[in-house]
Amino acid sequence: MTDAAIDTTRGAGAPNYLTAGTRVRSWLLSTDHKRIAILYFATITVFFMIGGAAATLMRMELFTPEADVVSADGYNKLFTLHGVIMVFFFLVPAIPTTLGNFILPLAIGARDMAFPRVNLISWYLTLSGGMLALASMLLGGVDTGWTFYTPYSSVYSNSYVTLAALGVFISGFGNIATGVNFIVTVHTQRAPGLGWRRLPLFVWSIYATSIIFVLGTPALAVALLMVVVERLFGLGLLDPARGGDPILFQHVFWFYSHPAVYIMVLPAMGVVTEVITCFARRRVFGYTMMVGAMLAIAVVSFFVWGHHMFVSGQSLYASLIFSFLSFVIAVPSAIKVFNWTATLYGGHITFESPMLYAMGFVGLFTLGGLTGLFLASVPIDVHVHDTYFIVAHFHYIMVGGSVAAFFAGLHFWWPKITGRTYNERMARAAAILMFLGFNFTFFPQFIVGYLGMPRRYHVYLDQFQVWNVASSLGAVILAAAYILPLCYLGWSLIGGHKAGDDPWEATGLEWQTSSPPPEHNFERLPLVTEEAYAYHEKHEHPKERGGGNQDSQGTGHRTRQERSGGRHGPGPHADNPAGGGR
Amino acid sequence: MNGAWGPGAASANVQGFDTLFTALVILSVVIVLLVGGLVVVFGVRFRKGTKVERHAVPTLVSREVEIGWTAATAFIAIFIFWWAASFRITGAVIPDDALEIHVEAKQWMWKVEHPSGARELNALHVPRGQPVVLKMASQDVIHSFFVPAFRLKQDVVPGRISILYFEPTRTGRYPLECAEYCGTDHARMGGEVVVMEPELYASWTAAQPQADNLAREGAALFTAAGCSGCHSPASSVHAPQLDGVYGRVVNLIDGRSVVADEPYIRDSILRPARDVVAGYDPIMPTDFSRILDDGEITALVSYIRELGAGMPPGDETLRSPMMETDR
Repeated sequence: MTDAAIDTTRGAGAPNYLTAGTRVRSWLLSTDHKRIAILYFATITVFFMIGGAAATLMRMELFTPEADVVSADGYNKLFTLHGVIMVFFFLVPAIPTTLGNFILPLAIGARDMAFPRVNLISWYLTLSGGMLALASMLLGGVDTGWTFYTPYSSVYSNSYVTLAALGVFISGFGNIATGVNFIVTVHTQRAPGLGWRRLPLFVWSIYATSIIFVLGTPALAVALLMVVVERLFGLGLLDPARGGDPILFQHVFWFYSHPAVYIMVLPAMGVVTEVITCFARRRVFGYTMMVGAMLAIAVVSFFVWGHHMFVSGQSLYASLIFSFLSFVIAVPSAIKVFNWTATLYGGHITFESPMLYAMGFVGLFTLGGLTGLFLASVPIDVHVHDTYFIVAHFHYIMVGGSVAAFFAGLHFWWPKITGRTYNERMARAAAILMFLGFNFTFFPQFIVGYLGMPRRYHVYLDQFQVWNVASSLGAVILAAAYILPLCYLGWSLIGGHKAGDDPWEATGLEWQTSSPPPEHNFERLPLVTEEAYAYHEKHEHPKERGGGNQDSQGTGHRTRQERSGGRHGPGPHADNPAGGGR
Repeated sequence: MNGAWGPGAASANVQGFDTLFTALVILSVVIVLLVGGLVVVFGVRFRKGTKVERHAVPTLVSREVEIGWTAATAFIAIFIFWWAASFRITGAVIPDDALEIHVEAKQWMWKVEHPSGARELNALHVPRGQPVVLKMASQDVIHSFFVPAFRLKQDVVPGRISILYFEPTRTGRYPLECAEYCGTDHARMGGEVVVMEPELYASWTAAQPQADNLAREGAALFTAAGCSGCHSPASSVHAPQLDGVYGRVVNLIDGRSVVADEPYIRDSILRPARDVVAGYDPIMPTDFSRILDDGEITALVSYIRELGAGMPPGDETLRSPMMETDR
């Protein structure tokens, strides 16, 4: 852990959550949501690097059409490792358990989550699930792909499927517990005055995600359990030779795994909204629509799973209904893109690194979303299904989108989490490099998929090589862009300047406490008198607004709490109010 | 155009596909330019420090804008759905005169049986201009029959017959790939589809090593596997007569009724106790799934299907000595 490094550079004063205890035990048994978030950060960073290493080996293998780096089975185990680790142990928990865990209680003015001990147990569940999955990979690997399709996984595969499936199964309970915790926290722990219509969209997004966690994850558990009992006890659920139906697995699996895409994307949308409003100095355009769109996505996402099965032999009419619903879910996603764009209108925009990452998200998410329209069209999906077109599409959404947003949030809240600033120039360079490297890596995959290269191939036809070479070269840039933040963020812990409590002049409640926050978040609990994102009134007609109706027209999430002064130089938007407007 | 720049175009549905695909590409480019352009324009015009007028958007206007683009997006989405769906429905109608070819997938090869009895491995020869319907079965895991030049694929799921219909329009050799991950050599489970002029196809099938046709092979199996011991008019065992059963409605013991189509007959061989015909006891042995492989079951199903057209069951005259040597 990095607390030791921070401790040495931290000045005297009231202990913050990092200095409140330095022993290993004080971390491993902590019920402080902020420390648990740090535990999650460490965990998912390790998993991200493992999954990334597997991807690197795959891109090396795919540089030529022949098999030259790994064997066929070796490659099959690599993409399974990459998929299982990245989906279940990085992307799904990434934003909710780290940024969500850290920021959500602060953002609603709470002292902690509603169930702090459940929060800690969730981390242990995630960790033990991850360890089981990792053990299965180290013992000899799993070769089913992260989708565990039957009857291959339940009967034919000679690899450690049971162990990996149990790992995912166990970590699922961690996700369910986290989801319940967030829902209860948002319902019961909001600061006085923080009504539902004043909630920051990041909180709404975690709330919507939690609904999917709670309702969807049990379906995944059932799907994996079916595989496990068929493997272990020969129960004929999925194997047609024993009277089972392999398609049953696909239905149950995708009933979770499609909404799971939105588990990855909804929190990303929340993060990006916080960042864009802050750096555009504008209230978000269409708050109500943004909330409605997220809730609509959370609900409709449960009714589109059949679009993964257009070529499975399901009834054409079922396919058409799922196709229709998939087009329907595109509408709220499009609205969000338009609203972020419109939020920029009339702003005072600056382009610090979180903003660059967030704009990268908007671009990549738009491309990913548009290619989703292709896949929702049955005849086009029949051609590009299970090709690199799909691979490119979901990487645009889940990696281009969610990971860019994760980095946006990480850079945005880093000063709050660590109390330190990082090298802004390096951060901007990394953000731009990540955007370019990502497109360089994954755009060629749309083309090679359209040309007909199936996914999960370690050898391929010669005519696909040019696009694979491009993709592998792009992956080099992308890898560099992912390693860069590890360096400058790591360095900031040792050599970074003190950040101040609100370096971005942001309005969220989390910025009204010190950086890093004290153990119980706030000296005094805030009282909210304002909507979220009241950034721009102070820039428009500042003279007309000075006096009377501050309660409704004032600035930001103002609180009763005194804000300690002198933390940073005059920011770009220094016409700040002095606290207190209730 | 079959290489690094295009997947080739060799079936009747390619044109419709390409039109739809191109339309979506154009739409995507327009939207990317629109969103990207607005982001750039706003980003430059409203960057910090510029001296432009910044006013709040009146609530009424912003609501109209929101309703406007929500409606526009919904309209575009539903329009594309309608286009794609109608195209798909049209393509799903299989003409009666379609050439029926049986495909059997297993780890990691494609076995093909033509109606004439010609067999091939990891290749599929088809005549140009002739509608073709593939009836596909898998012996083990899920595979997927994918021909990029046709813009078509179909998963081949064990335990059921998967159907793929297409009409080849251009002669040539096109890659065939397995698109559903199926284990170690998934990436090598490929082959080619050869589209030939109809005359050439006819002479090609004639030149193949003469196996027997599927129904004849099934007739032989019907006796060899012991089916005729119960399912023939001469038998003393009380078992359903299969003459003319194909395509008929069959009443089951639990009150349901089903059409005796290919999947039903296949199921009845593999899992006889599942759908028992009313008036009969479930006495049929249940181990045929272990005795017969998928190809043999396909042959039996073809034979029973032919019985619908009037061949008497267990007719010994249909047995071909050629077939015995082939096995």
